[in-house]
Amino acid sequence: MALSFLLLTILVVAGLAYVLAKSRAFKSAGGDIRLLHSLPGYYGWNGALTVLLPTFLALLLWLAIQPVVVDHTVSGMISAESAAESTLGLVMSDVRRIADGLDLAVQNGVLTAQDASRLNTGSSDIRETLGAVGVALGAEVTAEKLEAAQTYRSATATGFWMRTVLVLLVALGGLAVSYRRTDKDFRARNFVEQVVKGILVFAALLAILTTVGIIFSLIFNTVEFFSLYPAEDFFFGLVWSPSFGGGSELGILPLIWATLYISLIALAVAVPVGLFAAIYLSEYASPTVRAVAKPLLEVLAGIPTIVYGLFALLTVGPLLVDIFGNDGALGVGWMQGGTAVMTAGLVMGIMLIPFVSSLSDDIINAVPQAMRDGSLGLGATHSETVKQVIMPAALPGIVGAILLAASRAIGETMIVVLGAGAAARLSMNPFDAMTTVTAKIVSQLTGDADFASPEALVAFALGMTLFVITLGLNIFALYIVRKYREQYD
Amino acid sequence: MTDVTLTTTPASEPARSKSLLEIDERTKKRNAAETRFKFYGIGAIGIGVFFLVALLVSILSNGLSAFTQTSISLPVPLVQSEIEAAEKSIVKTSKYRDIIGAVLIEKLKTAGVSTDMDSKKLLQIMSSGAPGALREFVLANPDAIGTTVPFDFLTSSRVDGYFKGRVTRAALAEDKNLDSAHLDIVDQLKEQGSVTSGFNWQFIFGSDASDSRPEQAGIGVAMVGSFYMMLVVLCLALPIGVAASIYLEEFAPKNRLTDVIEVNISNLAAVPSIVFGILGLAAFIQFAHLPQSAPLVGGLVLTLMTLPTIIISTRASLQSVPPSIRDAALGIGASKMQSVFHHVLPLAMPGILTGTIIGLAQALGETAPLLLIGMVGFIASEYPSGVFEGFLSPNSAMPAQIYEWAKRADPAFYERAWGGIIILLLFLMTMNIVAIILRRRFERRW
Repeated sequence: MALSFLLLTILVVAGLAYVLAKSRAFKSAGGDIRLLHSLPGYYGWNGALTVLLPTFLALLLWLAIQPVVVDHTVSGMISAESAAESTLGLVMSDVRRIADGLDLAVQNGVLTAQDASRLNTGSSDIRETLGAVGVALGAEVTAEKLEAAQTYRSATATGFWMRTVLVLLVALGGLAVSYRRTDKDFRARNFVEQVVKGILVFAALLAILTTVGIIFSLIFNTVEFFSLYPAEDFFFGLVWSPSFGGGSELGILPLIWATLYISLIALAVAVPVGLFAAIYLSEYASPTVRAVAKPLLEVLAGIPTIVYGLFALLTVGPLLVDIFGNDGALGVGWMQGGTAVMTAGLVMGIMLIPFVSSLSDDIINAVPQAMRDGSLGLGATHSETVKQVIMPAALPGIVGAILLAASRAIGETMIVVLGAGAAARLSMNPFDAMTTVTAKIVSQLTGDADFASPEALVAFALGMTLFVITLGLNIFALYIVRKYREQYD
Repeated sequence: MTDVTLTTTPASEPARSKSLLEIDERTKKRNAAETRFKFYGIGAIGIGVFFLVALLVSILSNGLSAFTQTSISLPVPLVQSEIEAAEKSIVKTSKYRDIIGAVLIEKLKTAGVSTDMDSKKLLQIMSSGAPGALREFVLANPDAIGTTVPFDFLTSSRVDGYFKGRVTRAALAEDKNLDSAHLDIVDQLKEQGSVTSGFNWQFIFGSDASDSRPEQAGIGVAMVGSFYMMLVVLCLALPIGVAASIYLEEFAPKNRLTDVIEVNISNLAAVPSIVFGILGLAAFIQFAHLPQSAPLVGGLVLTLMTLPTIIISTRASLQSVPPSIRDAALGIGASKMQSVFHHVLPLAMPGILTGTIIGLAQALGETAPLLLIGMVGFIASEYPSGVFEGFLSPNSAMPAQIYEWAKRADPAFYERAWGGIIILLLFLMTMNIVAIILRRRFERRW
């Protein structure tokens, strides 16, 4: 039975359980709702949940386990010598393709079901048959692979039947249990609420699961990368020149350098502008000005980064070349092309202005009014109050905000992919094109790289580095912000 | 006693004026510093607003032209024998190209435009997709064979660019695809009204085209990809986010686990989006073997990415419901669960929806994670045939499509990229306005 049909059946059984349990509860109370422990709906939900939860659990488990079991059975059939020729994984993917192709051929009517299971390598050209339904096979189909594919097919087919039977049995069992349990004294509401609470806890745990998923997906592939490429060359190498033919040099230092350089320029733009804007908005601006200027600045935060990327590539880059390029207005000839550290840094700075300003705004507003009043009362001017009283009080928070902005800048992708250039370089000139950690993650993982080569796996090591740096910055920033907040509470 | 302190003024300080009405040096300096400081603030805001305006101006000035497209109207006689011959040949569109070429030469003759170019060279003013469009029409309407059908063919991107001011005659000197002579012809045809420019529906509803046909590229299919992705995000992120926030806000005991979850969520909110892309690639494609480039996978990745945003805003709106509501519900005999689901949640709903829409808007504009799971541009050339295919068949998304265009060498694609950004921003603006209206209309102040 197809998965969607199975799901529909489960839902129907659950609906049935709802109706049956509800009516049975009513009957047991003799039609008098006051004798029931819970509202009738809870009895119904109790029935539906007793069907749904175990069934879905069983189905999920089956879906997770079946491919593993089938793979294990089939890969036992493949002899050591054919596995030695290429890798076992490649042979298995071939087997899977053949099996899927045969299924497709049966579905399209090219083969009958019996023909498909009786096929052998001697009698017909399987490659051609499968090609007819759009499944292209790389290598010739050997007898061994075909046999494995047939086992694969039959195991999968049996699995399907067993799955359907199992799921239906569990569903009907749930129906029976809930029906028998339903009684006017049964604490249906408590049961339903427990289940709902369990679902709520699971949803909350998903956040941890995501983090665990990120860490695992990074660690496994990073470890694999370091088994192919020495870690000290990665962390201390000064040259980044991947070549998919082999013999690449994958040193992270040029990428880190460019990442930090661009972030530095971005912060040099965003911090003064954002900070002064925040000071003005919270200390000087009239409510009207604030009501207009604050949302205007925040529009900058809502614009997707791809827009900033395009702005860097097509507007800011050419503009900077016109000024600093070979035939530029200044005639200095510092800049060779539109993509450069300066271009990306400048545009990223624009992106970060609202980030810095709204965070600092919150922090400045959190400084107690009494401190301002005290300072003004002693005769200080407004700016002296800001510089000598508010800023020192807000400093830890502002440092935290700047660190958060830095972590944003380091993790930013689209602006550097489009605006910073593609060649890795260790240079001091901000008008040179360089490339960053995030840009290289994108370029190493897009395209048809296979995940076994160090050139593709390096992206995971880069991702790991990026994750660790930004996580460290975030935790440090949050720590500073929290610690500061406690002072005035 | 006080006399002593009053009279010992340090010699280094400037002399104070005797009168209150006369402002002394030091006060002047301090006031000047005050004014300067204030102007720094105004300047900072000015810079911010200036950048915003510059960004919008550059988007609009570069992108609006993507919404118009030059086309050339040609009456094509569909002769039975010619079409049969074309359908028999191996490269079918090349015969159709010959048909169009003959019509074009005829047209120039009747229009009184003299040229010494042959049909092949002359056809460079037309889109290379024109023969394909003609063939599609013939195959779709076999009854029309034998009649003369007026067609509006797209002109090539360079002719289009010439009318939009992107391509100049000087630039054409080094271009092997078009000469100044072509432009003379086109100019004359335009005067006679055969070359017109109209609203470019194909850009909004069409699919991406290959590198050589920027005039045909559209963002419609990518829009559908984005739509399915947003559907996944909405159906997963909203219930999960709300469930998680209800637990954390209403039920969670104060213990280690709750602390860990909370720290986790605030950290996830700051993890770079590209890391979520790596997670999607490793977990959904490498490990779970979900199809590459599918909107379903994109939606899952974006769900994980927007969850922290939705949880944070949902918790804020749950917090804003006063405790008296909960107490009242509990007081008349509701269980804790009933008080939350029957009373607190409905009251917090406007805030939750606002947060969700803003989270969705964020997800709609996100590009980097999509690139890693293979949702780059030029993947789907047709609309998905059904809902199921919509989720599972390879497709692109609006921001990824824009990125794809930005990467291509032909400046005609840059115009498309800016145009795509206008559409993307229109969507974002609508979503944000809906969120603001929701907040204004339904939010209650207690």
